[in-house]
Amino acid sequence: MPQYTTFQPKPYRPRMSAYWYLDQWHYLRYALRESSSFFVAYFCVITLIQIATLKAGPTHYAHFQALMRCPVIIILNALALAFILLHAVTWFLLVPRVALRQVLNRPTPDLIASTPNFMVWFGATLIVALFILGVF
Amino acid sequence: MADTIILEVERFHPERDTEPSYQSFEVPLRADWMVLDALNFIKDQLDGSLAFRWSCRMGICGSCGMTINGVPKLTCETLLMDFAPGPVRVGPLDHFPVVKDLVVEMDDFMAKLQKVRPWIVRKDDFKPQREFIQTPAQLEAFHQFSLCINCTLCYAACPVSGLDSNFIGPAAIALAHRYNLDSRDQGQEDRLDIISQHEGIWDCTVVGECSTVCPKGVDPSLAIQQYKLTATKEWFKSFLLPRGKN
Amino acid sequence: METSAHDILIIGGGGAGLRAAIEIAELNPKLSVAMVSKVYPMRSHTVSAEGGAAGVAGQDDSIDEHCYDTISGSDWLGDQDAIEFFCNEIPKELLRLEHWGCPWSREPDGRIAVRPFGGMKKMRTWFAADKTGFHMLHTLFQTSLKYESITRYDECFATRLLVEDGAVRGLVAIELRSGKVRAIQAKAVIICTGGCGRVFPFTTNANICTGDGMALAYQAGAPLKDMEMAQYHPTGLPFTGILITEAARAEGGWLLNKDGYRFLQDYDLGKPTPTPVFRSMELGPRDRVSQAIIGEFEKGRGFHGPYGDYVHLDLRHLGEHKIETRLPMVRELCLKYENLDPVKEPIRIRPVLHYMMGGVHTDINTATTLPGLFAAGEAACVSINGANRLGSNSLGEILVYGARSGRSALQYIEGANGRSNQSAILSQAADEERRLEQQFLRKTGGTERIAKLRDEMSHTMETGCGIYRERNSLVDSANKLSELHERYQNVAMDDHTRTFNTQLTSALELGFMLDVAETIVHSALNREESRGAHQRRDFPKRDDNKFLAHSMAYRSAEGPPQIEYLPVVITRWPPGERVYGR
Repeated sequence: MPQYTTFQPKPYRPRMSAYWYLDQWHYLRYALRESSSFFVAYFCVITLIQIATLKAGPTHYAHFQALMRCPVIIILNALALAFILLHAVTWFLLVPRVALRQVLNRPTPDLIASTPNFMVWFGATLIVALFILGVF
Repeated sequence: MADTIILEVERFHPERDTEPSYQSFEVPLRADWMVLDALNFIKDQLDGSLAFRWSCRMGICGSCGMTINGVPKLTCETLLMDFAPGPVRVGPLDHFPVVKDLVVEMDDFMAKLQKVRPWIVRKDDFKPQREFIQTPAQLEAFHQFSLCINCTLCYAACPVSGLDSNFIGPAAIALAHRYNLDSRDQGQEDRLDIISQHEGIWDCTVVGECSTVCPKGVDPSLAIQQYKLTATKEWFKSFLLPRGKN
Repeated sequence: METSAHDILIIGGGGAGLRAAIEIAELNPKLSVAMVSKVYPMRSHTVSAEGGAAGVAGQDDSIDEHCYDTISGSDWLGDQDAIEFFCNEIPKELLRLEHWGCPWSREPDGRIAVRPFGGMKKMRTWFAADKTGFHMLHTLFQTSLKYESITRYDECFATRLLVEDGAVRGLVAIELRSGKVRAIQAKAVIICTGGCGRVFPFTTNANICTGDGMALAYQAGAPLKDMEMAQYHPTGLPFTGILITEAARAEGGWLLNKDGYRFLQDYDLGKPTPTPVFRSMELGPRDRVSQAIIGEFEKGRGFHGPYGDYVHLDLRHLGEHKIETRLPMVRELCLKYENLDPVKEPIRIRPVLHYMMGGVHTDINTATTLPGLFAAGEAACVSINGANRLGSNSLGEILVYGARSGRSALQYIEGANGRSNQSAILSQAADEERRLEQQFLRKTGGTERIAKLRDEMSHTMETGCGIYRERNSLVDSANKLSELHERYQNVAMDDHTRTFNTQLTSALELGFMLDVAETIVHSALNREESRGAHQRRDFPKRDDNKFLAHSMAYRSAEGPPQIEYLPVVITRWPPGERVYGR
């Protein structure tokens, strides 16, 4: 269709502020969710370092453990844990909405759709916890 | 309870202003009034120069979307009483150029609607004498996406469409998806080329606000994520079988 | 002033206009079609239609039965040739819409589903849940996007037809966004601007239904037909006037007075049965059901509410599942606007002005009396609706006669002399621009507020020309309208700027409505009988000797419109008694 162009007085073009994600709680929640990826990467790096120090021998690993006990690191890790929980929860809530509907081709209530995810997650957590606590 | 409420209405006139400002009006606060009724009160009794769009006043024509206290809503179905004691801030929809007061420019949206080819495409030369058979389940598959009233609240809620005006956006993609899922349609491939561009589905970062603000219960975010899956599958297919489309 | 030229110009982007545009684009893609609409097409009032569109679908049904239902529904004022054409064409049109993607509701085996409707003897109303108009409009609009030959002028407000040497040659319109005045020329013009329900205070109609096209044609010299036939829908929500679809009754809803009694049985509409019976009780025609509700009010058997009397529409016995699948919008509207759930509570309703059977007079080809001017849809009166339209016939009409207007306009421009006197047309357009500036944009010192004039007009229409009329009330209304015409000259304008001046369009709409209102009142005053929607207390009987004829309102240079009569076309169905529920 031919585009019908017109003379017009200049409309006002609003610009988004650089801090748009602070405007609304929804946006902030979104920004937090996105930034949680950073902490996922952080934990990956920590884990890699842990493995590397473990491989390098007991003194290295003791150093690593001492570092981990430093209050700053503990606070950082606690923060990271919170973000990773947020990351996991939002991911588990989002994915089945799309994937399951794709398979079933009908709407499924979100809570039901994401329940299996959470069950597997809690199951896995339980097994790891039992393993660490030395039950196995 | 007070029997009036203050409405802070965003005003902008391109013939004299460089940027918008707020003007306060005191309007009656009545139990069954919507925000739209208050705007009409202003227009009829206080200031006839206030510009805004409205028509059906029953939430189906999609004209009267505005930002009410920061949230995009249809003014015809938003109770004034919910904001008592006030004040209530009414502005034009975010992320659109403002023509005047509460009226925004729709050209870009209209062009995007057309771009996604929202009509039944048939590749065969089918000239049916009767209806296409479509079971209630097949109808259900696309039905919710056909309920979009083009009110563009989802564009106003989507930060991506605010940051990148090229983003085709929630409503248009949901509409493309509606036709793709329709058992009568054969235009999926044509639309995929348009929708799977960066400005199409891949611009979306799943903020999810489009689905939250939709007054008709359409889930454009779902449409986009489903489309991403389809596009990814198609990409893998073309990667594994690089014989071109057939 | 900007000028542009096209082959065919359509005013109005609702169902009829879009259907006409698509018809032309399909038949001859080389022709340039322009569509001028004061709102974006998908905002048009077709969007609010809910119940469905009637078209013979089942084996047990026949075209003749649909014709008979429509004719008896019209109280024999419908033209039978036009009705027969309509009933023949509509199934094809509905099928075409199915092929274009309209999400019609389906039977379990995937065929189109149909539902019963008021005044219809068989199940033949196709529906898309209870958002039929919405789905039809969006399907038509989206389909229209694929045709390159259609140029849209969205948000352009038509103010005057350009007439040269007796023939219509285009129009003058204000482009809302820039405020620019445009002269858009064409070899033929089709009016598809819908109804004028806003002439009345309590109406289902959207803000845009101000009779623009009717007034444009009338001002250019075309007569308006059967304007006194204004339909009241029985079930509107009391404060807003929002429509609760007739489908609610077709699915089995009951009308109850304050004693919980199904009062329609007292008005010669049959005996109550637990499930709906065709052409009986709640499935009676709209005129009779609305009149029955007024009867209950007068007997003191209605409820009293802040917005007038009301009765109950009870859906509770249908159950949540049926309401949710067949009537989702009814529930949505009740929850939002009445704060009640029809699953649990009866709905408060009262009759509400809904539809104009009358409109621009056209022949069966949709041609008006002015060469080059065509009309279709609610703006036109062809007439298939006569004195009372049956529910679900209007969505069909916009398709059948929308398409036909496209074909007729196409035939007309093939035969017509393409040459026109450019300077005469452009000077007319310049005159119009000057008038708009002098009368509105540059006008200062006016004292009459638009809203006040509008309220007074709609108030006098309701009191003088509502469901029941009589000579005295109509004369009062006619006098009031001529007073308002005078006062309109002194209208107050706050906004003297160009950009999106909605006060200017409100003022122009008021002017259109005053003209249309005058034709309604004078047509009603002259028709000294009661027929269908036109009920005169002083002439309570139908008078086929004198009034088996269409009222034709012509504009006169000074004073009120002149009313003439045109005989109804009767082919196979001689006038008879309207029988419902017996």
